[in-house]
Amino acid sequence: MSAISASEKVDGFTRKSMRKAQKQRKSQGSSQYRTHSVPVELSPLPQLKDAPSTEQQELFTQKLQQCCMLFDFLDSVTDLKSKEIKRATLNELVDYVSTNRGVLVESAYPEITNMISTNIFRILPPSENPDFDPEEDEPTLEAAWPHMQLVYEFLLRFLENPDFQPSIAKRHIDQKFVLQLLELFDSEDPRERDFLKTILHRIYGKFLGLRAFIRKQINNIFLRFIYETEHFNGVAELLEILGSIINGFALPLKVEHKQFLMKVLIPLHTAKGLALFHAQLAYCVVQFLEKDPTLTEPVIRGLLKFWPKTCSQKEVMFLGEIEEILDVIEPTQFKKIQEPLFKQISKCVTNPHFQVAERALYFWNNEYILSLIEENIDKILPIMFGSLYRISKEHWNPTIVALVYNVLKTLMEMNCTLFDELTSSYKADRQREKKKEQEREELWKNLEELKLSNKPLVQNNSHGLPSVQNNNNNNNSNNSENQDRSPAAVTANDQDPDVTVAASESTPCAK
Amino acid sequence: MAGADGDDSLYPIAVLIDELRNEDVQLRLNSIKKLSTIALALGVERTRTELLPFLTDTIYDEDEVLLALAEQLGNFTMLVGGPEYVHCLLPPLESLATVEETVVRDKAVESLRKISQEHSPVDLEVHFEPLVKRLASGDWFTSRTSACGLFSVCYPRVSSTVKAEIRQHFRTLCSDDTPMVRRAAASKLGEFAKVLELEYVKSDIISLFTALASDEQDSVRLLAVEACVSIATLLPQEDLETLVMPTLRQAAEDKSWRVRYMVADKFSELQKAVGPEITKNDLVPAFQNLLKDCEAEVRAAAANKVKEFCENLPEDNREQIIMTHILPCVKELVSDTNQHVKSALASVIMGLSTILGKDNTIEHLLPLFLAQLKDECPEVRLNIISNLDCVNEVIGIRQLSQSLLPAIVELAEDAKWRVRLAIIEYMPLLAGQLGVEFFDEKLNTLCMAWLIDHVYAIREAATCNLMKLVEKFGAEWAQNTIVPKVLGMANDPNYLHRMTTLFCINALSKACGQEITTKQMLPVVLKMSNDQVANVRFNVAKSLQKIGPILDSNALQTEVKPVLEKLASDTDMDVKYFAQEAISGKLFCLFLSQSIKTF
Repeated sequence: MSAISASEKVDGFTRKSMRKAQKQRKSQGSSQYRTHSVPVELSPLPQLKDAPSTEQQELFTQKLQQCCMLFDFLDSVTDLKSKEIKRATLNELVDYVSTNRGVLVESAYPEITNMISTNIFRILPPSENPDFDPEEDEPTLEAAWPHMQLVYEFLLRFLENPDFQPSIAKRHIDQKFVLQLLELFDSEDPRERDFLKTILHRIYGKFLGLRAFIRKQINNIFLRFIYETEHFNGVAELLEILGSIINGFALPLKVEHKQFLMKVLIPLHTAKGLALFHAQLAYCVVQFLEKDPTLTEPVIRGLLKFWPKTCSQKEVMFLGEIEEILDVIEPTQFKKIQEPLFKQISKCVTNPHFQVAERALYFWNNEYILSLIEENIDKILPIMFGSLYRISKEHWNPTIVALVYNVLKTLMEMNCTLFDELTSSYKADRQREKKKEQEREELWKNLEELKLSNKPLVQNNSHGLPSVQNNNNNNNSNNSENQDRSPAAVTANDQDPDVTVAASESTPCAK
Repeated sequence: MAGADGDDSLYPIAVLIDELRNEDVQLRLNSIKKLSTIALALGVERTRTELLPFLTDTIYDEDEVLLALAEQLGNFTMLVGGPEYVHCLLPPLESLATVEETVVRDKAVESLRKISQEHSPVDLEVHFEPLVKRLASGDWFTSRTSACGLFSVCYPRVSSTVKAEIRQHFRTLCSDDTPMVRRAAASKLGEFAKVLELEYVKSDIISLFTALASDEQDSVRLLAVEACVSIATLLPQEDLETLVMPTLRQAAEDKSWRVRYMVADKFSELQKAVGPEITKNDLVPAFQNLLKDCEAEVRAAAANKVKEFCENLPEDNREQIIMTHILPCVKELVSDTNQHVKSALASVIMGLSTILGKDNTIEHLLPLFLAQLKDECPEVRLNIISNLDCVNEVIGIRQLSQSLLPAIVELAEDAKWRVRLAIIEYMPLLAGQLGVEFFDEKLNTLCMAWLIDHVYAIREAATCNLMKLVEKFGAEWAQNTIVPKVLGMANDPNYLHRMTTLFCINALSKACGQEITTKQMLPVVLKMSNDQVANVRFNVAKSLQKIGPILDSNALQTEVKPVLEKLASDTDMDVKYFAQEAISGKLFCLFLSQSIKTF
């Protein structure tokens, strides 16, 4: 036991240092599970262009088979000659399918797909960095890339060849093929994901029979990402493909598509790594709303439900997305969601994180949003007023205060009378809120007493409930007064193990 | 329920429901968490007829609120009127079991499982089982995943026709279209197998197990490995070979490392479940392969199991199997390229010595220990050092001390404070095993050096370490070796070091006893009350409060009290605060010390 705890203790930082070390040596991984196939040395075949046309097909097949040999790229010194032969052959094959007509005869299809499958389909290796942060860390690159890149290139040229016939290819490029292709989107290597993105897009375009299947599998990948693993490297790429797929949806939208929006795309906003794919996600959402404006209300309500509570960075992204949505919103839809939406916005402008407040206040620079607000000023002003008024006096950041003044001025110009009314009733409103707060406390206190007097009755089933401390819950303001007295802040410096303050020699006032 | 029903007028349901509807999520959450209080106020009747319908209807809320609700409802049986009415709780829990958010759903399932036990067999068939069926045939995957967790709780208590239906539903979910559902089913396969009659385990479960173990998704296959443990335990030995082993062998060589990892991770359980014969013939080679796997993750998981696996080998030829099959692999792992593998091994390798005995340990294991003690990765060294007690029992620690010392010294001076922290925590253990002489000679200086480390956490741990050492070696040793050095630091120009003196005194006073505390430590503390740094002064106040109980009442009255009173009128408000706290706390100490004397 003690061993485990010891390693856990060092863990947190070892990873970090490991990460640094990795960066220096430029990490590479590969994942072909080599069971017993020791590579046989390859011998070069004659060039395709030199062969008589009658033998070209046969030679093409031979070359495809030759390229099924896999090599260990983690070991950079073995099989150098064979690796070079395979590389040259792959280059030649790429060239051959992209420049020649009439090379894709029916018998070539199984050989081609076999060569591709053998080379690219593999179980991805475990991430070298267990808590790989795609925003910060260098990705582990695929070691076998010199070959794999050419195979991907070949697959792409194969799909784009004018002679390519989906009706023949669909026997080989089937559901299983697509499923394996989709799994590869989890690759840490961005070059690989980029190829995959283009290839999957081509396949989606050419194989009508696979479209529903592809959408469903992407669905599953996203759902697993959201609710199970929270880890998948290719979310952004898949969303990019979806962006153009959604663009092509016919109207009216199918139930399946709406469900995808509400049950997959909206919950995707909860992901920890939202920053990595938010642009693509927001694009998809806006695409949907442009197709069908009646989806605006459920979408905005969905976003409000998943509004970030603690992550300011994500909150800024949400605000950005809301603005994108507002840019295309229809005035009738706007009326439906203005109240819940502006309640959230009014919370955002009071956010102590100035970037959040600033992002929300920027809405007032948007002409179209301004016109929507003006149209509905009698609804929106009462929601916004309290927060704006308070923050104009309280926010620590002068830029925010300046912005708030401008916003207040704009709002005042929109409806002067209402503004004056709100100003004069501001104090009374606060009083009323305070009173309500007290009533609530009173109510719970009474309930608590009731509970106490009944305690023996519920002893059995009330265990496991958090013990209720009524005064803790509601009155944050009272508590803070006491806390001011606590000198904890004085020693805080020294309790942080990372702080190296030893140098501060006997300064008379170490605080 | 006498107290409950008279108060209706006081708590109209509207007010309570208003609370549950409050705009502020935090307030809603608070209200939901106190749902039992609301139910109590309403009484069982109104809880059933008004509160529960309200809750069922309004389940569209923040997941956090739903989570709290799902949890509460699991404890609600008494509040709705006891087991007789427990089925009233099913509708809201059913809706909660279909929401998207996994934690909410899991909690709802947990609560459903809990209250299923409170249903009578009749209610189970009339109310509970139909709910399971509805969930199992829901449109969206969420309800079907939830259903997977409910089969096993109702199966044992229903009639055989209903049992057949349940089995059928489970079968359907095992081949569901959505991988999420198959995963849920696979993860409950073992649990479900346990409640089935043996004949159905053989006829139904095995085929499902085989199918899930060859699923197209590795995330499903690996869950089947988990189920393998329970299934193998249920079957008679003679059936294992035909029903389970083909699948297990296949899993151990799966092309996905995740599945192989799972096999490695569950290896001890699998080993126990299949018994000694199969272990010898099948699992030993499989284990060797896992130790040599091409993915480091798998090797590390297997390395973690080395000790347990060896321990559980059949005793008659355990030593021979280890020596010829396992040890060669272990030797290779000592110089593995991956540090996680090495450190996993280092955390268990010492355990082999008790299994292999003195001679084998000296001849075969000792070189490996020594190699790992010199490993470049601190975690590996640390894991070896932290498990020294195993070797100590078999060959004594002296054999190692030559290599041990440089390793300890190096870790003690490691650039990373967490490494230093870890080694400090093993100091008392090491000191115990190496003896006081060795300690004084080689390690004492290290322990003192940590006191002036530039990281607070290290200084703190060093303080605590001193206390444990004193507990081990006694007050006299403390007086001769530690106390003078600690007290010497009171004059250090760095205020942080002066504070360390105080912290040490806080920690050591009890172990050192009244005499040393009063005669040697107290004067130093009192003197420091004149320190020019306020932080030192208020720590003096804190220290006095701490060591107060050890001092006699005379010293408290004549020496401590005046100083505290002086500090209580300090110019610095924090110093004042702590001095006052010490004074008010000290009265208690005084009382305590006197009362001890009188008894």
